[in-house]
Amino acid sequence: MKFKDYYEIMGVSPEATQDEIKRAYRKLARKYHPDVSREPDAEERFKEIGEAYEVLKDPEKRAAYDELRRGGWHAGEEFTPPPDWDAGFEFSGGGFTGAEEFSDFFESLFGRRGFGFGGAGGGFHARGQDRHARILIDLEDAYHGGTRTIALKVPEVDAQGHVVTREETLNVRIPRGITAGRQIRLKGKGGPGMGGGPPGDLYLEVDFRPNPLFRAEGRDIYLDLPVTPWEAALGATIAVPTLGGKVEMKIPPGSQSGRRLRLKGRGLPGSPPGDQYVVLRIETPPADSEAAREFYRKMAETMPFNPRAKLGV
Amino acid sequence: MTERELLQELLDEGVELTLAELCRACSVHAETVLAMVEEGLLEPRGTAPAEWRFPGPAVRRVQVALRLQRDLGLNLPGAALALDLLEELEILRRRLQALGGE
Repeated sequence: MKFKDYYEIMGVSPEATQDEIKRAYRKLARKYHPDVSREPDAEERFKEIGEAYEVLKDPEKRAAYDELRRGGWHAGEEFTPPPDWDAGFEFSGGGFTGAEEFSDFFESLFGRRGFGFGGAGGGFHARGQDRHARILIDLEDAYHGGTRTIALKVPEVDAQGHVVTREETLNVRIPRGITAGRQIRLKGKGGPGMGGGPPGDLYLEVDFRPNPLFRAEGRDIYLDLPVTPWEAALGATIAVPTLGGKVEMKIPPGSQSGRRLRLKGRGLPGSPPGDQYVVLRIETPPADSEAAREFYRKMAETMPFNPRAKLGV
Repeated sequence: MTERELLQELLDEGVELTLAELCRACSVHAETVLAMVEEGLLEPRGTAPAEWRFPGPAVRRVQVALRLQRDLGLNLPGAALALDLLEELEILRRRLQALGGE
């Protein structure tokens, strides 16, 4: 178990006032909230910040932690709580809010929260907690549909009362035409119920893995298509990749770079299905031989052309 | 492939939930959903609560609104505004991506 420097995590000095700590927490919480943030490690950071705040906002926990920290521990160091480290401090129960679960480091110091919940009154039962996870799928999976095996890390409490993560694999059906941001609900795959209550559900939020060719916007698919200057100028019929395979597409004569052509119904399936948009990118052949250079010079002579006329230069 | 028969449901516009189903899905009381409808955060089809039908993505809207309220101390109008802005941001980001901007 590693020592955690809660001040470092919150980006505040150990002398910070309770108000400063609160402000720092509010700001970091907004920044790293998993529903708001695009940072890849947002969830991890958000939990860490929540845990740090849990300790620093509570004067008693903070004082005990400060005492420990003055003992010379540094972030990342292997840590075991000194015996009776908390002697003389009082952690009045019920101070736990916010984050769902805390690290082993936290629990070694302040104990586990949530124990005793429902233990007192008889006949208590509750539906298990819903779980949420994000899964990355390929655009091809969304186009064809299919089954994907996903591995989820499930936190569990073992016989000794420690939180351990167990890996659970699930075969998930990817519905044809699913789009980014949609949720798949798996009934009964959430946390176990208590006192005979039913288990919660598992919600999987789908996002697409980046694809080297295609980009998705809703059900529409975008593809950059390199074309030669003569294909763009004279028009051509060329083969274009789509998620469903190659199709022939007509490039109208006189096309410019950036022109967007639509292949109706070639996007992700659905009712209505999405379209595929093909964005033309004109690529010029390299002038890497005397013959090619001569040809470019001849073009300049035969077709004088100022593409910057509108810029007034 | 014994897991194949998972009870699985795609929560897209093709799915419609009643008030009771939405409440169960999000583990909230009807009052919470009523307040969200009042705030314009949810827009069910139908006039009276008994006839309300919520589209599948409403589940996610409720869940995110609850998390924003709980974690960031927002009130309901604040959560509704944040949700709308987040959704708009997401659309713009995808569009930017689709145009090859990033």
